[in-house]
Amino acid sequence: MRGAGASLAGALILFFARFITAVRGRWAGAAPSDEQRIYFANHASHGDFVLIWTVLPRRLRFTTRPVAGSDYWLKSGLRRFIGRDVFNAVLIDRDRESRTSDPVAQMTEALDAGSSLIVFPEGTRNTTDARLLPFKSGLFHLAQARPNVALVPAWIDNLNRVMPKGEFVPIPLICTVTFGAPLRLSEGETKQDFLARTEAALLALSPKATAS
Amino acid sequence: MTMPHPDLVAVLAGILGVLVLASTIGFVLQRKLSPDSSNAVVENLNDRIRAWWVMVVLMGLALIGGKTGVTLLFGFCSFAALREFITLTDTRRADHWALAAAFFVVLPVQYYLIWIEWYGLYSIFIPVYAFLLMPIIAAARGDTEHFLVRIAEVQWALMICVFATSHVPALLSLDIAGYEGRNVLLIAFLVIVVQISDVLQYVWGKLIGRTKIAPKLSPSKTVEGFVGGALSATAVGAGLSWMTPFTPLQAGFLALVIVLLGFFGGLVMSAIKRDRGVKDWGNLIAGHGGFIDRLDSVVFSAPIFFHLVRYGWSAV
Repeated sequence: MRGAGASLAGALILFFARFITAVRGRWAGAAPSDEQRIYFANHASHGDFVLIWTVLPRRLRFTTRPVAGSDYWLKSGLRRFIGRDVFNAVLIDRDRESRTSDPVAQMTEALDAGSSLIVFPEGTRNTTDARLLPFKSGLFHLAQARPNVALVPAWIDNLNRVMPKGEFVPIPLICTVTFGAPLRLSEGETKQDFLARTEAALLALSPKATAS
Repeated sequence: MTMPHPDLVAVLAGILGVLVLASTIGFVLQRKLSPDSSNAVVENLNDRIRAWWVMVVLMGLALIGGKTGVTLLFGFCSFAALREFITLTDTRRADHWALAAAFFVVLPVQYYLIWIEWYGLYSIFIPVYAFLLMPIIAAARGDTEHFLVRIAEVQWALMICVFATSHVPALLSLDIAGYEGRNVLLIAFLVIVVQISDVLQYVWGKLIGRTKIAPKLSPSKTVEGFVGGALSATAVGAGLSWMTPFTPLQAGFLALVIVLLGFFGGLVMSAIKRDRGVKDWGNLIAGHGGFIDRLDSVVFSAPIFFHLVRYGWSAV
């Protein structure tokens, strides 16, 4: 019963996401594929992983799990239902002081179970005028732990205008998700170099980067 | 639902015949010129023909569905067009409520007024009430940067995407003596003339086009294509007078008005695209760009066609 409710809710969320954003996936650097991947994306709204999920081919949606903060997604029954049951999110505790399990360990566990992941290496929603916040080190530790899994950058465009922080009525605007070429941690690459390289790869996909 | 009028059935059958012919030609061309999908012109043509099928089926269903079908279809077109238009504007955080009002209040109210056929209100609702109220909502947020540009963008988006577009279903409310129950054919006439004109301008332009008409706005448009397309589309319009309340001469005149407005409307929309640095308004339909790319000519001709017919032929 719960499963049927979750897939119905999933279908409704997909329909709503398409109605508001008419979202299109642009596979600029990588074709959709069954191989295991870590999609890393810019983070401006709680709807970000919904858009990535929407543009993935249907069969990949069931094996691709978003990584999200448990402080937000466990707060109410509805969020818990959407986060856990509908999207099967890997919920991590972002608070270093209080957490009982290591986020990187949780993510590698999900990878070892065969899932692909959607991660937001900025660590929090970007509400500044900067296009991208500096990446947290989690992506590096994840890449170190499972160096064989391809990292695919995914730039989500316009969703920050659809629903700016603090507003609760979405404005219908066309959004796109652009996927770049897969990356991997090079041998001996330092944390700083790796984070700078992944940041640059993601920024290069933003339409503003190509226009100017 | 009543049976569709025999004239409507005839029109739809005729369009289906044209499409079957077009698909056949497209198929043969692909076999001969582009067996490995390498000929861009042929591939683009076939993309367009496929999109035509989708549009004709939707339009046909809407026309058969009468007032409900047409109002819903164009209401959705307005929504999708507005979504494309606002995407390209420079609106800011402070415009959030004004934009929400445009999508979720102004648009549905306008189509509701069309639905209940309240001419006195739907013909001024956007230019008077929406245009005065929306800047008030935006001003209330206190952000004055680019204020005039921002409100002008939203107003123009509403004017084009909602107000002008809504005059297509408004054609159903006209009351023309001796033409009762056939008003959907006015919509068919408008849309057929606009689309035929687009196709004929393209064909004439390919055949004899030399002199560019607006090299900055639309480099593929030529004087020869425009004149040839406009004249032949006018002739087609005159030939379609049997489905309208007009004489052949009147139908030809109205077709010419539709064609001219459609052409210049297309140029205006191209100018906006150039200004915003995009090639298409959206990517909804393969080979056709976005909704606005398909609607632009209809949008500019619909309100004028509506008012000419209302003034000259309608009792209300």
